[in-house]
Amino acid sequence: MSPAHGIQSAAWLLVVLPALSAALLLLLGKRADKWGHLLGALVPVALFIYTVALFFSIKSESGEGRVRDLHLFSWIAVGGFKVDVGFLLDPLSLTFALLITGVGSLIHIYSIGYMAHDEGRRRFFGYLNLFIAAMLLLVLGDNFLSLYVGWEGVGLASYLLIAYYYNRDSAATAAKKAFIANRVGDVGLSIAIMLMFAYLGTTSFQGVFAGVGGLPHGVVTAIALMLLLGACGKSGQFPLQTWLPDAMEGPTPVSALIHAATMVTAGVYLIARSAPIFDLTGAGRTVVTIVGAITLLYGCVCAFGQDDLKKVLAYSTVSQIGYMFLAVGLGKGVYAIGILHLLGHGFFKAALFLSAGSVMHAMNDRIDMRRFGGLVRIMPITYGVFLCGYLAIIGFPLATGYFTKDKIIEAALDKGGTSGWVLGLAALLGAGLTAFYMTRALLMTFHGQRRWEDDVHPHEAPATMTVPMIVLGFLSLVGGFVLTFGGGLQNWLAPVVGKPEEAGVHTISTPVLTALTLVVVAGGAAGAWLVFGRNPVPVTQPAGSFVTVAARRNLYADAFNESVLMRPGQWLVRGLVFFDNKGVDGAVNTVAAGLGGGSGRLRRLQTGFVRSYALSMLAGTAAVLAVLLAVRFS
Amino acid sequence: MHNVSLLILLAIPLLASIVIFALPQGADLLAKQIALVASTITFVYVIVIGVGFKTSAGASRFQYSGSWTWIRSFGVHFAFGVDGIALVLIGMSTLLVPTVVLASWNSFDTVEDAEEAEPARRSSKTYFALLLLLEVFMIGVFAATDIFLFYVFFEAMLVPMYFIIGSFGGPRRQYAAVKFFLYSLLGGLLMLAAVIGLYLSAGTSSFAFTDLVGHVPNGATQKWLFLGFFIAFAIKAPLVPFHTWLPDAGAEAPAGGAALLVGVLDKVGTFGFLRYCLPLFPEASRYFAKPILVLSVIGVLYAAFLAMGQRDMKRLIAYTSVAHFGFIGLGIFAFTTQGGTGAVLYMVNHGLSTGVLFIVVGFLVSRGKSRLISDYGGAARITPRLGGVFLIAGLSALALPGMSTFISEFLTLVGAFTRHKGLAIVATTGIILAALYVLLLYQRTMQGTVNPRVLGFRDLNARELFAVGPLIALILVLGVYPKPVIDIINPAVKATLSDVGQTDPQPQHVAQPGGHK
Repeated sequence: MSPAHGIQSAAWLLVVLPALSAALLLLLGKRADKWGHLLGALVPVALFIYTVALFFSIKSESGEGRVRDLHLFSWIAVGGFKVDVGFLLDPLSLTFALLITGVGSLIHIYSIGYMAHDEGRRRFFGYLNLFIAAMLLLVLGDNFLSLYVGWEGVGLASYLLIAYYYNRDSAATAAKKAFIANRVGDVGLSIAIMLMFAYLGTTSFQGVFAGVGGLPHGVVTAIALMLLLGACGKSGQFPLQTWLPDAMEGPTPVSALIHAATMVTAGVYLIARSAPIFDLTGAGRTVVTIVGAITLLYGCVCAFGQDDLKKVLAYSTVSQIGYMFLAVGLGKGVYAIGILHLLGHGFFKAALFLSAGSVMHAMNDRIDMRRFGGLVRIMPITYGVFLCGYLAIIGFPLATGYFTKDKIIEAALDKGGTSGWVLGLAALLGAGLTAFYMTRALLMTFHGQRRWEDDVHPHEAPATMTVPMIVLGFLSLVGGFVLTFGGGLQNWLAPVVGKPEEAGVHTISTPVLTALTLVVVAGGAAGAWLVFGRNPVPVTQPAGSFVTVAARRNLYADAFNESVLMRPGQWLVRGLVFFDNKGVDGAVNTVAAGLGGGSGRLRRLQTGFVRSYALSMLAGTAAVLAVLLAVRFS
Repeated sequence: MHNVSLLILLAIPLLASIVIFALPQGADLLAKQIALVASTITFVYVIVIGVGFKTSAGASRFQYSGSWTWIRSFGVHFAFGVDGIALVLIGMSTLLVPTVVLASWNSFDTVEDAEEAEPARRSSKTYFALLLLLEVFMIGVFAATDIFLFYVFFEAMLVPMYFIIGSFGGPRRQYAAVKFFLYSLLGGLLMLAAVIGLYLSAGTSSFAFTDLVGHVPNGATQKWLFLGFFIAFAIKAPLVPFHTWLPDAGAEAPAGGAALLVGVLDKVGTFGFLRYCLPLFPEASRYFAKPILVLSVIGVLYAAFLAMGQRDMKRLIAYTSVAHFGFIGLGIFAFTTQGGTGAVLYMVNHGLSTGVLFIVVGFLVSRGKSRLISDYGGAARITPRLGGVFLIAGLSALALPGMSTFISEFLTLVGAFTRHKGLAIVATTGIILAALYVLLLYQRTMQGTVNPRVLGFRDLNARELFAVGPLIALILVLGVYPKPVIDIINPAVKATLSDVGQTDPQPQHVAQPGGHK
C-alpha cells in the first residue's frame, strides 16, 4: 500500500468540509435560514467534483498503486491497542464516495425545492451534511474503528432525519426504533472488532486482512458472523429489518438518500470490504446468503401488502439489499456483482423515491396509493422518471436491473449443489414478485381512474426537483449497461474484492436463464395487471386474504418483536424497579434502622446530624481499633 | 520534596470559600463573582500544572510532590503529589466547578426562581461557599499521597455535600441527605479500620503510599484489608448492590450538586480501586477480581434496566451512572492497560457527560418545576437549544462513537475482552440498553406531542449556554483527539499494573507485518 500523494492528500476534506458545514448550519440557527440550504447543497456538489478528480487520479495508477493510504494522526494508543486515523483510497472506497457525493448532490438539490415550504429547511440541510460527512468517513476509514465511528455517525443522522418531524409521535418512535435496531447490530460490530484485537492485535484493514489467514477457523467464522450482525442492523436485513419501513416517517429525500441509495447499503460495503475474512469461511458466507435470500423474499411479500407508496418502496429496498447480501455471500468474484447491484439500486431506487416524493408533494403530503390514480397526464415528468426506475428494478431488457439482478440470479445458480438451486430459485422467484408489487404500485399511482380527495390539486414539481429526478431516471436506464460494459466495474474492483472467476459451465446457460427470468418477470407484471389494472381500485382497503393481511402486517415481525422482546422487557423493568426499591433498598433501610435502634433513632440522627455523626464515628472507630488490637496481640 | 504547587492549588478555593463565608448577608452577587473567578483561576492553574507534567519514560510516578510532617508519632504526613490518574481527575473536577457555579447562578436567589419546589434553607452565598469548600476536599482527596490524609479528605468531602443536599435540595432532601450520610458513615468506618489495619500490618511506621506499596503481607490479612477498602470504595462508586443511596441523593440534590456528586465524588470510589486497592493489595486484588468483574457486569445491565423504569429524570440519570460505573469496574479489574486507561478516561468523560446531563436537566426542571418525565413532552419545539444540548448530552451518555465517551467505553470493553471474553460480551449488550434509556428519556421529554405545560418555557440564555458549552466542546474534541489525556494516563496505569503484577495478554496470533494487500 503506497502513501497518498498529490490531490489525494486532501481527501480529509471529504469528511471535514461537510462536518463543518453541518456544524455551521446547526449552530447558527435562524441566522442562517436565508442561505443555509444553498451552502448545504453546494458542499456535496463540490465534494463530488473533487471525488471525480480523485477517481481519475487513482485510475491513472496501475495495479497496487490504485490502493493509497492517507495517514492523518494517531487516534488511540494504549498498550498494544493502537488505532490511527487514516483514509484508504482504493477502487472500492472511491466507488462508494462517488455514489455518495453524486447521488447525494442530486438529492440535496432536489431538497431545495422539496423542503422550500418547511420552516426547518436549514436544520434539514445541516443533518444531511452531517450524514454525508459520516458516510464518507464510513467508506474511507482505513480501519474498523474509524469505520465504526462513521457507521454510528450515519446512524445518528438517520435518527435525526427520521425524527425530523419530531413532534409527530410516530416519527419519534420510528427514529428510536431505527437507532435501537442499529445498536443491536453495533454489538456485533463491537465484538468483531474486539475479536480482531484479541487475536491479531490490530484493527486496521491491512493488519487484519494480512493476519486473518493464520487464525483458527472458528474464530474467523465468529468474526464474520459478528460483522454480519452489524451489517444486518444497518442494512435492514433479517432479523433486524423492521426498522427500515418505519423509517419512511422521515422526509422523502431522506428516504431516497439514506434509506435507499447509501446508508442502508453500508452493510454490503462492510461485507465486501471484509472480503478477505469472508473468503476464509464457507460457513460465514452461507449464513450471509441465507440472510439475503430470506430477506429478499420477505421484502417482496410485504411490499405487495402495502398501500403506502413509500412503504412499498421501503420493503422493496429491504428486498433489493437482500439481493446484494446474497451476492456478496457467494464470495469471490461475486462481491463485485453485489456492488454493481448496489450502485444500480442507488440510481433506480433514488429515482423511484424522488418521483414518489414529487407525487406526495403534489397530493398534499398524502401517500396512500388508494387515493392516487390517473396521475400520468398531470405529472408526465414524474411519471417518466418513475417508469425508468420501474423498468430498471424489474430488470426490463437493457435497463439497469437486467444487467445487475440477473447476474445475481445466475451467480446463485452457479454456486451449484442444492444450496445453489435453492438460492437461485429464491432469487428468481423474487424477480417475479418484484415485478408484481412494482407493477401494482405503478398502476395504482399513475393509471386507472382518479381517486383523489377533494382538496387535492396535483401539479408537476418545480425544476429544482425535476432536473435531479431526470438525471437519476436516465442513470436508472443506462447505469447497468455503462457499469458492466467490458466488465468495467468488476475489473476496477478486482484489486480489492478479487477477480471474477471464469465460470466454466453455467448451471443454466445464460440465454436460457435470461429468457426464463424475463418470463417470470412478465408473469409477475401480468399478474399485477390482471388484479389491479383491469379492475377499479377500491378507495378503502378490502379485507383481503390471509396472505394479504399477513403481508400488510409485515408477516407479523413487529408483532413478534412486541410480544417476545418489548412486553417481557417492560415486565422485567417493572419487576426490577420493584425489587430495587423494596428488595435491595428495603433491606438496606431495615438493616440501618435495626442497627440504629429503630426509626426513632433515625429521626434523631437527622436533627443533630453532624454531632451524631462525629459521635458514631468515634464510637465505631474505638470499637474497630479494639478489635484490631485484640486480633493482633492474641 | 517541598513542591508547593498543590498546596497553592488547594489554597485558592479554600481562601475564596472563607471569604465568601465571611461576606455579609445579602452579598450574593459578590459571592457568585468570587466563586466564579476563584474556580476559574483554580482550573487554569491545573492546566498549568498539567502542561508541566512529564509523561516521558523515566519521569517519576508522582510529580509536584510535597510532604510536611503532620503527626510525627504515627508517621502521618501532609503529603501531596499527582500521578497521571489523579491529575486528569483533578482537571475534570476543577472544570466542573466553574461550570456548576455558572449553571446555578440564579438557582437560589428567590423562591420563584428556586430550582425545586422546596425553597432553600440557607442563603445563596452559602451554597457557593460550600461548592468551593467541596472543591478543596475534592482536589485533596485526589492529590493526597498519604493514606491517612486521603482518609481525612475522603470523610471531609461528605460535610459540604451533606449541606448542599440537605439545605438546597428537593422535597425529600432530608431523607436523601441522611441516607447519603449513613451509607458513607458505614463505608468510612470500614475504611478507617482498614487504614489502621494497613498501618499495623505493613509495619513501616508510615502512612505514605509509596512506603506502603509492597509491604502488605500476603494471606488472610491482605484479603480482609482489601475488603475494607473495597467496600468503602464500592459504596462511594457506587457498585451494585451498594448503590441505592445514589438515586435518592442524585435526585434530591440541586442540579449542580448532583453534577459534582455523581461526576466527582463517585469517582473517588473508582479512583480508590485503582490507586489503593490494586497496588496495596495485589494478591487480594487478583483473588477477588473475578467476583468483582461479575458484579460490575451485573451492574451494567441491572442499573440500565432500572434507569429505563424511572419516572424521575434525575433518578434516571443517577441509575445510568451506576451502569457506567459497572464499565469502569470492568476496566479496572480486567488488569490490562486498555482496561485501566479506559477506566480512568471513563471517569473523566463520565464526569463531563453526566455533569452536562444533570445541569441540562436542572435547566429543564427550573422551568417546569417538576422532575417527572411525564410532565414534559415535545419541548424541543419550544426550546430548541435546550433540546439540542439535551440530545448531545444524552448521546455522550450512550457513548456514541465520535464522542470521548465512546473511546473510554470501548477501551474498557476491549481491555476486558482480552482476558474475559464472556463477561465483556455480556457487558457489550449494555450499549443497546444505554441507547434505550437515553432515547426514551429524550423522546418523552423533547419529542412527540407538545405538553401544554412546556408552552411558556424560555430557551437557554447565553449564561446557560456558556456553562455547558465548554464541557460539550471537550467531549467532542476528546472524541477525535484524546491523545493528550491518554498520554498522561498511560504511565500511571502501567505503574499500577506492575504493582499488581499483571501484563497485557498478547494477541493469540500476531499479524505478520507487511502481508499481502
